[in-house]
Amino acid sequence: MTTTIASSATAPARGAGFVAREWLRGALPKLVLAPSFALVLIFVYGFNFWTLLLSFTNSKAFTNLNFVGLVNYQKLWTWTFEFDPPSSWYTALVNMGLFGGLYVAFCLALGLLLAILLDQKIRGEGLLRPIYLYPLALSFIVTGTAWKLFLDPRIGLEKAIHDLGWTSFHFDWVVNPRMMIYCVAIAGVWQTSGFVMAMFLAGLRGIDGEILKAAQIDGASAFATYRRIVIPIMRPVFLSALIVLAHMAIKSYDLVLSVTGKNPGGAAELPSTFMYSYTFTRDQMAVGSTSAVIMLMTIAAIMIPYLYSELKEKPR
Amino acid sequence: MAFLEIGALRKRFGAVEILKGIDLTLEKGGFLVLVGPSGCGKSTLLNTIAGLESITAGEIRIDGQVVNDLHPSKRDIAMVFQSYALYPNMSVAENMAFGMEMRGVPKADRERAVAAVAKTLQIEHLLSRRPSQLSGGQRQRVAMGRALVRQPRVFLFDEPLSNLDAKLRVDMRVEIKRLHQQTGTTIVYVTHDQIEAMTLATRIAVLKDGELQQVGVPAEIYNAPANLFVADFMGSPAMNLLEGKVSRNGSGATITLPRQNHPPIVVAAPQSADAAKLSDGAPVIFGIRPEAVNDPESMDKNARSVATFDAPVEFVEPAGSDTFVVTHIAGKEVTARMRADAQVQTGQTHTFAFNLDKAVLFDPASTRRI
Amino acid sequence: MSAADLVAQRPAREPTRHSNTTRVVIYGLLAFFAVVYLLPFVVMVMTSLKPLDEVTGGNMFYWPHDLTFEPWTKAWGTACVGLTCAGIKGYVWNSVIMVVPAVVISSLLGALNGYVLTKWRFPGHKLVFGMMLFACFIPFQSVLIPMATILGRVGEVGNELSDTIGLSFGLGNPIVNLVFVHVVYGLGFTTLFFRNYYEAFPTELVKAAMIDGAGFFQIFRRVLLPNSAPIFIVTVIYQFTNIWNDFLFGSTFAAGESSPMTVALYNIVNTSTGVIEYNVNMAAAIIAAAPTLVVYIVGGRYFVRGLMAGAVKG
Repeated sequence: MTTTIASSATAPARGAGFVAREWLRGALPKLVLAPSFALVLIFVYGFNFWTLLLSFTNSKAFTNLNFVGLVNYQKLWTWTFEFDPPSSWYTALVNMGLFGGLYVAFCLALGLLLAILLDQKIRGEGLLRPIYLYPLALSFIVTGTAWKLFLDPRIGLEKAIHDLGWTSFHFDWVVNPRMMIYCVAIAGVWQTSGFVMAMFLAGLRGIDGEILKAAQIDGASAFATYRRIVIPIMRPVFLSALIVLAHMAIKSYDLVLSVTGKNPGGAAELPSTFMYSYTFTRDQMAVGSTSAVIMLMTIAAIMIPYLYSELKEKPR
Repeated sequence: MAFLEIGALRKRFGAVEILKGIDLTLEKGGFLVLVGPSGCGKSTLLNTIAGLESITAGEIRIDGQVVNDLHPSKRDIAMVFQSYALYPNMSVAENMAFGMEMRGVPKADRERAVAAVAKTLQIEHLLSRRPSQLSGGQRQRVAMGRALVRQPRVFLFDEPLSNLDAKLRVDMRVEIKRLHQQTGTTIVYVTHDQIEAMTLATRIAVLKDGELQQVGVPAEIYNAPANLFVADFMGSPAMNLLEGKVSRNGSGATITLPRQNHPPIVVAAPQSADAAKLSDGAPVIFGIRPEAVNDPESMDKNARSVATFDAPVEFVEPAGSDTFVVTHIAGKEVTARMRADAQVQTGQTHTFAFNLDKAVLFDPASTRRI
Repeated sequence: MSAADLVAQRPAREPTRHSNTTRVVIYGLLAFFAVVYLLPFVVMVMTSLKPLDEVTGGNMFYWPHDLTFEPWTKAWGTACVGLTCAGIKGYVWNSVIMVVPAVVISSLLGALNGYVLTKWRFPGHKLVFGMMLFACFIPFQSVLIPMATILGRVGEVGNELSDTIGLSFGLGNPIVNLVFVHVVYGLGFTTLFFRNYYEAFPTELVKAAMIDGAGFFQIFRRVLLPNSAPIFIVTVIYQFTNIWNDFLFGSTFAAGESSPMTVALYNIVNTSTGVIEYNVNMAAAIIAAAPTLVVYIVGGRYFVRGLMAGAVKG
């Protein structure tokens, strides 16, 4: 595996210098990889561990090492059920569920629909596909800014519809604290569904054409073919897309900030914004750390089984 | 009236004509093999019979019914694909029953049909498995089962054995032949392997570049090829094709085959050739299969016309059951198939014999057999 | 090219025969969604070209009546980011000098890592790769506090150094900090891309070079790198887009003068004082989006390939 070929070609018995050079040659690959791995080890795993430690302290504006056990976790646990009036954490969790659920569901549905439509041997795919995909190139901040304007009742959608004659149209969601999170979901779906579409399209195109011929001979209608054969075959793609979307939803931060502005009243709180505000604004680092740990655990719970199964099937 | 009739079939893709006027018939219960090199249009032809491709001109009739415009599922055909095309998300039983399900056959009937076919093909123990859990040979059988369950008028096979390894291919070939004998279905089978064609077919259609080169029973195709292409394509090792010259002497004719550094070989014109068509001095291609080139002792006792000559041996390839001996005539390598214990050595001069009963002549210009 | 070659090149599936009504529905839906996808951006562009009263008084769908580029010049040169009102141009530059080194370094490291992980396998390589891979997916919130702490200490060291010897080696410089952060957290992805690519690269070529006497780096430079253009393009595009569009790290570690473009944009849009200049905001947003959009238009299919490789793991 290492340069045993080259080394065996040279004469033996050269002394310590030779041995050292040989060792270096063998160790070189690992030495090259080591810095990156070390960086990851320290700044990813090490830091996560640090944050975990902090969650067991009572750090406020500055980190300290006063261990208080599971106090912060208990705090968050209590806050999970505080809904009248709702605690920030409760709001964050509810919003996470709503936003995450809608985001994933609609991205999957829309992505699948567009992929199936594009797969119908239509003309103009070269034009349409980039149109569905370009939002991915935008920063979440840009997306949020655009949608904040678009959905603004005074200068955006509601006003435009009024001008067109339908004066009873109401769409003030983006300024309505209760409905803000749905606007975040809309913007998010707009941004990411193109990507899901690309995944599904690749999956569709990978289906063996002969299977579809067999289905034709079997007399399956186009609808039946999709329902009974194509979509079940796409299950791995569904899973991949689901994992990616779920993980993006949990990490969502830029998007919610830019759609809701300065987050009035914390109505569109998400775990990510909760963590940020508690750590940097409210000087409650320990609580912030705890929420970060919870976010990490959730993602780990989703990603690790998936990554493990993907890595296990050894590529040839 | 034949069971399957194809008349003046043409198929174009855009500006390119893939099938250039095909006329074929097949009797009920026959096994027609479409054979030819890659790109000759045989798969396209099969797909048009199936209805998976439309045709540009011509007619296809099954049992007297014109099926050109019928949807594949309405033609009462079944197809076995090269990649088996089993639905990966369904079990074997569901795969086999899918077509019936689409046609609205009640569940009990479906299960009965599947069980019966599974028994015939001996795949009962696989019914609840998924395709990914099956071996290549098992998948092939399930694909056949799916087709059988339909009880079609015509069975279509699209290179079904190409994905199997050599040993399995031989086993499955026998199974397909047995299936044909048991069920008596009419079969159209596409392959590029001429051995499959020879062993399975009741009729062979050789295609090249979208045109039929020859249609006939295997023996005809093998022994009396219509042109150089068919002669060369069928048979392994390939027929020896040598350029020679005709010499007429009275009512008979001889063929002179030149050799470098050696006196030419002169043989009597083979019986198969129509002597009237041979003109003195005309160039001709002399074709003889390796098994018809031998040493005089091993020559077929019933051979009426034999020519012997001496030639230097260039290679000897012992192949176990035969020994292939190669020499040079008319600038080409000539392979002789001798018996396994033939006493031949490289570099020696050996006496060869042509069994002229089996030889054929071709006109170089038209490539057709004389 | 024979007729059959043309046949072989056609998509392997027979076109499903659609009735005309179905085709109308399909095209209709596709067109509808195309409009939905384009509309917000189109509105953004149009808004950026209108004077403010037209924005607040008029209809966002209407073409500008008094087309003006003033919002653009304003966004570029005089818009207020926090307390300074010098437009966005300085922050664009911040982003540029942050993105370029970060992309280059993380891509090169990723290439070397991928090379080691595929052509110089060692026991445990799968675990190492798995750990680096998982690092792609962590929520960055879980490393913010420690990173902020460390960077703070590093900044202190930098200050001391510059006090004593006059140089700080960039320690504590916010842009340097950001480059470092993006390199570290981009390593997972770049390693993933290159690893998958080199996995499919014929190892025989490496072995042949070894027999010819080439060493570790020589093989990398002479055999692998010249054939790595496709994956470099993918990686660079992916990293560029991600790092340019980042907000969280930028806002946490480089506030103020050294903010990257995205943070500046956010601040412009969300200044709470006075009249909201929507048109200027939109112009600023488009300026922010322009580089990645251009990259997308030019390198579109590599862009998608990169995303797919990241998500579906090759």
